Amino acid sequence: MTSVLTPELSAHWDDADSFTLAGYRRVGGYQALPKALAMQPDQVIGVLKDSALRGRGGAGFPTGVKWGFIPQGDGKPHYLVVNADESEPGACKDMPTLLANPHALVEGIAIAGYAFRASHAFIYVRGEVLHVVRRLQHAVQEAIEAGYLGSKILGTDFSLEVIVHAGAGAYICGEETALLDSLEGYRGQPRLKPPFPAIAGLYACPTVVNNVESIATVPYIINHGAAEFASYGTEKSKGFGLFSLSGHVTRPGQYEAPLGTTLRELLELAGGIRAGHQLKFWTPGGSSTPLFTDQHLDVPLDYESVQAAGSMLGTRSIQLFDDTTCVVRVVLRWIEFYQHESCGKCTPCREGSYWVVQLLDQLEQGTGNESDLDKLLDICDNITGRAFCALGDSIQPSVSSSIKFFRDEYLRHLRHGGCPFNPAASTLFSMDAAR
Amino acid sequence: MALSEEARARLAEDAAQIIGRYPRSRSALLPLLHLVQSEEGYVSQDGIEFCAEQLGLAEAEVTAVTSFYTMYKRQPVGEYHVGVCTNSLCAVMGGDAIFADLKDHLDIGNDETTADGKVSLEHLECNAACDYAPVVMVNWEFFDNMTPSSARELVDGLRSGADVSPTRGAPRLCSWRQASRILAGFPDGQATGGHTAGEATLAGLVAAREHGWTPGGPGHD
Repeated sequence: MTSVLTPELSAHWDDADSFTLAGYRRVGGYQALPKALAMQPDQVIGVLKDSALRGRGGAGFPTGVKWGFIPQGDGKPHYLVVNADESEPGACKDMPTLLANPHALVEGIAIAGYAFRASHAFIYVRGEVLHVVRRLQHAVQEAIEAGYLGSKILGTDFSLEVIVHAGAGAYICGEETALLDSLEGYRGQPRLKPPFPAIAGLYACPTVVNNVESIATVPYIINHGAAEFASYGTEKSKGFGLFSLSGHVTRPGQYEAPLGTTLRELLELAGGIRAGHQLKFWTPGGSSTPLFTDQHLDVPLDYESVQAAGSMLGTRSIQLFDDTTCVVRVVLRWIEFYQHESCGKCTPCREGSYWVVQLLDQLEQGTGNESDLDKLLDICDNITGRAFCALGDSIQPSVSSSIKFFRDEYLRHLRHGGCPFNPAASTLFSMDAAR
Repeated sequence: MALSEEARARLAEDAAQIIGRYPRSRSALLPLLHLVQSEEGYVSQDGIEFCAEQLGLAEAEVTAVTSFYTMYKRQPVGEYHVGVCTNSLCAVMGGDAIFADLKDHLDIGNDETTADGKVSLEHLECNAACDYAPVVMVNWEFFDNMTPSSARELVDGLRSGADVSPTRGAPRLCSWRQASRILAGFPDGQATGGHTAGEATLAGLVAAREHGWTPGGPGHD
């Protein structure tokens, strides 16, 4: 039987020293870097293009193509910025990756920097994860001392400075241009595109912004070749990635599998929905992707299939909610999050998120009325596509999909004069025992 | 609170080191704000003035950046800053109950500190540990799979000075100020200790092994 799971990035996460240089080298780490350095930089970009790796931060843009956009011979410094600002509700793959194996990222950074001829790389890591920050600082230091980073890497003419930069608490800084403003020492607000970062990014110089998992996958691709990586996955969604299962599931966690794996397959390995309950709804890619229900268990989790079924693969952040959960409560809390994290730069997102929260709150309390549902959809329609960046576009998906699948549950709140669910029944602990 | 001359001189040396990491000095502003927070426990007006002076910025420019980011506190917090994730998934799994219980138990509200200055409380947005829900953070270290009673025990331990270790993090829980210093880029030497992967992190790897789906890992043939 073919493997449902393909632990490659996660293969050695249970080694006691997996996060150290010695632990990484023992399992073959830092063999890809000399291979890459023996190639022409453009050849390395070619391997990435051939692998068809698509950015693992949610948007799915081909990584090699992005690297190829960097103009060469332009006399300007080039920058690599690793987006380690993982904050999308449901997303929890990059932080465990960095705790357990920061050197896969560091090796990938060195290879990427060589490929598109960067002088500096920045790891923009969210600040609220202290031990992850420690592990990154330590890994970069170890790599410098071993000659894998810094000046004249492994005796070549290639030099790369790597800076670990801790953020300060702002979800919007996961948006690549807001991240760049933040890294320049400003409020993290998105920039108008174009120009894209490849032309005018950090300090208005050509810049690649890549997700942690994308860069951490690079050593595998160089070691094994583009063809082997591309042999996993589907026709247009190649390779493997981490699927993060959370919520009302028996064994939540990180499941590394080829793109195109279904939730039914993953759930079986994760022990199913918690005992005595049924799956009610789930997100395929975090809180900014339209909800799926138990009708979608067999949708292949690749970019194309998920989109064809009405949602988005996003960051493969699968949040599972069972039949005890109030969908209105869940959606309200997500939109409160977007309201809180809206940077305020553009009106549709700033004001729209506020009004969506007001309406959802009334519905949750049973004080709204049925026409509020149409008003909600109308406001959402006026935010999507009109906001400055993707944060605004993240408001509509859960609102619209929850009304589509659970319209009657909204109306039950009105008939009931409040939420008809018992929140104690949804918790993962017995409320009696917890008292 | 005022920054003493001694503190300014000492911080100026750290600041020069931070600024030296970046191609352009203004990029040092976020770490500099972490640095002044590590000295005073929050970003005071003196701290803002210090950052402005180091970077040749107006205080208004530094204030504008400070107010944008939730990790910079404009008033003192406790020695242990306790955050409870109440974003949807953690809230439903029990975060709402934990947060309500802690407010009651500590007799403080959101963004408030106990009278002994030991513990402050805040509800957090998603902290990227959904597979360990419900999650509580103390000085930005992970306390996974919490319940109301385990959260109460945790804060009682913090207040009584007991040895408290994160579920996934450094062996020794450091203070709020020490944590801010690490974020400014000055490690505390605890990187190689503590936890690497909890049960949820390894769930897929364990399942794969049970099925005989053996991986290669980097460099395998």
